[in-house]
Amino acid sequence: MALFASQTSASMVRSGISDFWQRLRRSPIGLVGFFMLLVVVVLAVFAPWLAPYDPYAPVRARIDTIYAPPSWEHPMGTDDGGKDVLSSFIYGARVSLIVGFAASLISIFIGGLIGLVAGYYGGWVGNTLMRFTDTFLVIPDLPLIIVMVALLGPSLWNIILAIGILGWTGAARLVRSQVISIKERQFVTRARAIGASNPHIIFRHILPLALPLILANSTLVISLAILNESTLAFLGLGDPTTISWGSMLHFAFGRGAISAGAWWALVMPGLGIVWVVLGWTLFGYMLEELVNPRLRTHHLMPERKRAE
Amino acid sequence: MERRDYLIRKISWALFTIVFVATLNFFMFRILPGDPARALVRDPRLSKEVQDAIRARFGLDKPLLINTEGNPFDSQFFLYFAALARGDLGTSYNFNRPVADLLRERLVNTVILVLVGQFLAIALGLFLGLLASWRRGTVLDFGTLIFGLFTWSLPTFWLGIILLIVGSSRLGLPVGGMQTAGGRFTGTAYVLDVMRHMALPTFTFTIIMLGEYMLIMRSSLLEVLNEDYILTAKAKGLTDGQILRQHALRNAMLPVVTLVALNLGFTVAGAVQVETVFSWPGLGSAIYEAVTRRDYPMLQGAFLMIAICVVLANLAVELTYAYLDPRIKTA
Repeated sequence: MALFASQTSASMVRSGISDFWQRLRRSPIGLVGFFMLLVVVVLAVFAPWLAPYDPYAPVRARIDTIYAPPSWEHPMGTDDGGKDVLSSFIYGARVSLIVGFAASLISIFIGGLIGLVAGYYGGWVGNTLMRFTDTFLVIPDLPLIIVMVALLGPSLWNIILAIGILGWTGAARLVRSQVISIKERQFVTRARAIGASNPHIIFRHILPLALPLILANSTLVISLAILNESTLAFLGLGDPTTISWGSMLHFAFGRGAISAGAWWALVMPGLGIVWVVLGWTLFGYMLEELVNPRLRTHHLMPERKRAE
Repeated sequence: MERRDYLIRKISWALFTIVFVATLNFFMFRILPGDPARALVRDPRLSKEVQDAIRARFGLDKPLLINTEGNPFDSQFFLYFAALARGDLGTSYNFNRPVADLLRERLVNTVILVLVGQFLAIALGLFLGLLASWRRGTVLDFGTLIFGLFTWSLPTFWLGIILLIVGSSRLGLPVGGMQTAGGRFTGTAYVLDVMRHMALPTFTFTIIMLGEYMLIMRSSLLEVLNEDYILTAKAKGLTDGQILRQHALRNAMLPVVTLVALNLGFTVAGAVQVETVFSWPGLGSAIYEAVTRRDYPMLQGAFLMIAICVVLANLAVELTYAYLDPRIKTA
């Protein structure tokens, strides 16, 4: 990473991307994660074409259509209302991805902003912000999210807001420590010497260097957001107008799937959650190695086989 | 001298956090919409006297922050803190009993579950992490890595459901609750009954927390084992076991202690889910039931109690850390 004034952020981003593709091809863990995520994205985007039935359409339930085991008409069986589980499963991918992305965007934006300001300005501003962050770090997040959604009402937007607002602490600390180390570098002193204003330095110089770390950390934030959303939905605080994997589990669990022996209604949505979170985690594992050279442990492994 | 300053600073910080949480609690429940008491008050079918009576009963007729007429401390805010100091958390809408009594009964149940689960997770996790780092680069190492990543991605409640299905249908373990309904066991029989009911929830809890401890033990041991003084120890002729016990383990334990503190929020989230799935009567399921029944005093009280427990547990871990690491003198 050259520090000369002639190197623009754009060219750094471009070389970063090609670097990323190179590493991805060489990392089996990252590839597996990337593939898993791709499957989920395809499911979510092409849901209306992939799903055999429309899970939002009303169904007339009969005794034999409730909790029917997997068959040719219903490869994953039916749920407590006689609806096809496979279709609900495919549409459920949408909510997981939407909430995951939206909530983490909010978290990263707030956390990044706080981290940037705290790290760059330092002094009592930085200290106060960090004290504030530390206080929120101690408060357990799931109960707080539950309380907030219970009070605001269970709409998709409120859920995104609650999860997003309470997820900023990790990003803030990370960004702040990164900014502190960046701002001591020479090019910042030089920029100040030629009279660059503080916001200019922050956004045109420090932010592009801090961005890779923010991105690597974002996969963790997204995984947590998806897990939180499905937990909320399972506890009954999900948006009642949308189908998500968590809400599928909520209804299956609450409406006697266990007693009916309808394992398909319980196992499949859960597997979906595990799939998408695991995919993000593996992908993030590789991203972290990419961004933080100290984590690269390949050279520590004995030269036995190239399997990782 | 400096260590005592550290202790004082940590304790006062914990107190401040508790006050902060209580204040947050107060404002959330007053300002965010949804409290049925306030909704009741606006019901047009009620006569004015009844509305005023309800307002007075829930203390809603007093000003929010500071009373500008009469006693400045006669406001909802200060009355709330005065009640907290007395240990009065309000009355549950659902049970019509004091919230504090209900929660006190449940606190013990949660603590038992969490402590046993955490202990098992730490013990097993450390052991497996130790094995993995010692046999670095082999299938065992890779296997534990994958296992750790996988369990981290599992939603706790889903693992609970799966184990519930398998455990109750194949192993005949109870489906939920803390005791067999109508059992009336005493003494050893009672303890055994509770343990039978505790098996599945604890197992779920342990598996969920296991992965992280395993990974952290493995990576911190790997780092320590690469240090020069380990090589020196080997050159001196110490056996592997001796090296582990006298040098490597002690230094690798510090990140584990940090992890326990960081994990407290995660532990609470896990407890809420496990208790809900297995109907274990603890603080976690108290939150769930309060939400389902819109029992706001209960919800408020349970949240506050959980937050205070976490702050205190965090403080305990920080003090332990100071005791373990002689380098700690300042924050």
